Amino acid sequence: MELTGAEIFVECLKEEGVETIFGYPGGAVLFIYDALYQQQDKVNHILVRHEQAAVHAAEGYAKATNKPGVVLVTSGPGATNAVTGIADAYMDSVPLVVFTGQVPRPLIGNDAFQEVDIVGITRPCVKHNFLVTDVKELATTIKKAFYIASTGRPGPVLIDIPKDVTTMRCEFHYPKEITMRSYNPTTKGNKRQIRRALDLMLEAKRPVLYTGGGVVLSGASHELTELTRELGFPITQTLMGLGAFPSMDKQFVGMLGMHGTYEANHSMHESDLVIAIGARFDDRVTGNIEKFCPYAKIIHIDIDPASISKNVKVDVPIVGDVKQVLTDMLEELRSRKERPDPSNLAEWWKQIDGWRNADCMKYTQDMTGPIRAQYVVEKLWEVTNGDAYVCSDVGQHQMWAAQYYKFNKPNRWINSGGLGTMGFGLPSAMGVQLAFPEETVTCITGDGSIQMCIQELATCMQYRLPVKIICLNNGYLGMVRQWQEFFYQKRYAMSYMDSLPDFVKLSEAYGHVGMRIENPGDVEGALKEALAMKDRLVFMDFITQQENNVYPMVPAGAGHNEMILV
Amino acid sequence: MRHVISILMENEAGALSRVAGLFSARGYNIESLTVAPTEDPTLSRLTLVTRGSDEIVEQIIKQLNKLIDVVKVLDLAQYSHIEREMMFVKVSVDKNSACEAVKRLSDIFRGNIIDVSEKTYTIELTGDRSKLDAFVNALGEFRIIEVVRSGSMGIARGETALRA
Repeated sequence: MELTGAEIFVECLKEEGVETIFGYPGGAVLFIYDALYQQQDKVNHILVRHEQAAVHAAEGYAKATNKPGVVLVTSGPGATNAVTGIADAYMDSVPLVVFTGQVPRPLIGNDAFQEVDIVGITRPCVKHNFLVTDVKELATTIKKAFYIASTGRPGPVLIDIPKDVTTMRCEFHYPKEITMRSYNPTTKGNKRQIRRALDLMLEAKRPVLYTGGGVVLSGASHELTELTRELGFPITQTLMGLGAFPSMDKQFVGMLGMHGTYEANHSMHESDLVIAIGARFDDRVTGNIEKFCPYAKIIHIDIDPASISKNVKVDVPIVGDVKQVLTDMLEELRSRKERPDPSNLAEWWKQIDGWRNADCMKYTQDMTGPIRAQYVVEKLWEVTNGDAYVCSDVGQHQMWAAQYYKFNKPNRWINSGGLGTMGFGLPSAMGVQLAFPEETVTCITGDGSIQMCIQELATCMQYRLPVKIICLNNGYLGMVRQWQEFFYQKRYAMSYMDSLPDFVKLSEAYGHVGMRIENPGDVEGALKEALAMKDRLVFMDFITQQENNVYPMVPAGAGHNEMILV
Repeated sequence: MRHVISILMENEAGALSRVAGLFSARGYNIESLTVAPTEDPTLSRLTLVTRGSDEIVEQIIKQLNKLIDVVKVLDLAQYSHIEREMMFVKVSVDKNSACEAVKRLSDIFRGNIIDVSEKTYTIELTGDRSKLDAFVNALGEFRIIEVVRSGSMGIARGETALRA
């Protein structure tokens, strides 16, 4: 039977098992919306209030489920509004398929109404993109897009569909399998390299595992945990990797990098063998690259060959899917008799425990003083038993969330790491809540970030998404202010927010519950009260200490052993 | 060091701009670039000349391989290879003596005069980069109106080949 392009679009989503998509209609996608309308029981479309939020919501959905998120927006401004989210997904390797409408083919290149070259605009920030010029290619293109987005190093794929293509008809056939001569990601690591890596690991005196978002994306949390326990090595995780190994485990030395723990960064600095797994040696992690891990050999497991030896020269590269490589590595380890020398490891742990004694995350909450942001996060962790989904915006609150919420499970910590996109938190929480309607989904945000996608409170009302918003309100763009305090002699240029809205009234205006919490003694009670409202969105506006800093810190240009503690 | 990189890629709209965009986005330099379809019309062959340390060139090749449209990449610097470039030069010959002298120079360099007008000769010349440079230098006393160079193309010697 012949179908229109718009109908083919819907059929393809059904074939891919897509249940939820995020989008916003407009002229160029009206036929697609019409086709969706007729099958709304099959594909659930979530209407956001700004296209950027559609992409972040899809990212939240994808990060929590490891399934590709799907976005549908119109041409022109609909497409350009989506670009920030697409770039965000590209930086954090989030599998997305983004559909943009385009003006009809005869008008392309004519500066038509709502025309932009979105394929050109997004070329540097997508894994791949397509312009569909023939309805006969639509189904295959969609198949390719899902395949590319979700295999290898995941990433966003964009498909631009001209309006006239959505009305043309052709026979519908959805390919079951697809092969591309130019795209065959390696998943299995080289056996010889795995053996070489294990040789080094068994001989190392001061080894450390440094793991990142790749472990979460690959679903390799179990394998990582097994391997780490089997070896008895200390493990540190990047911002993106949190939760892959249980944070409460004594082998976990905390996050590393700019706002990592004293013990994690010193372990890296003094290590003689760094085992990097699904991490990419980002500048926020390495600090000054000249001073990075001066004594260590480096093993790097990554699915992206281009990540290997990009920033730091690697001694043993292993290209492959983290889960697959760790499975093979465990098997190899278990087939061998020898284990790391316990006395070496004991010596190493003694040194690490020394750094631990610095108690770098210590803070005090004066119960008569202003609320400290750290305290709110710690209480949230307590009252949710460390099991909530925590979506975060970008800034100080993000770092505090990463530091004080101890994640024990992967895919629960949802944040914008690479691009650092303010406005990510609330829409990503919507995506997570839609994927897991029964779970507790929180959004830790600040008074600056929340205002970048505040309009999504309306979306949350429309779909009854009971997200719990924890706004750590200090009246400042806190991270900007902190840098100005440290490096610009406290000249607080444009980092103070005058005229903040009354967030309680604002939430109420959107139909939600709002709370303002000003006393430390009320923090725990308010959190419990809010979390008990299972079917309501609650906006908790915590009025927190204004000039509170994120510690410890590796200042820009410094090495891991040059941290500022307080 | 100078590297001649051969790229086999899908002959599709946008593929070239993905390659060019990669170089500008990551701050790699492009000395020359030449591209055309191959005997298989679905594939294009692109030859790109760049400069960089071994680390940079290694990263360039990895990044190129990551592009979905790129089928295969070969760094010809690693192989014994042949490199050629084509050039057109339009020279002013309004003095009678110039005609003879330009013709003689062109012959010495195994060039062909492919167009003649009352006041100009246009010469076609093929060779490696230094030969073309030498010819342009040799024309020193004559007025050059235009130079068009194709950019280098390269091919590995012997059995080594870049195929899909």
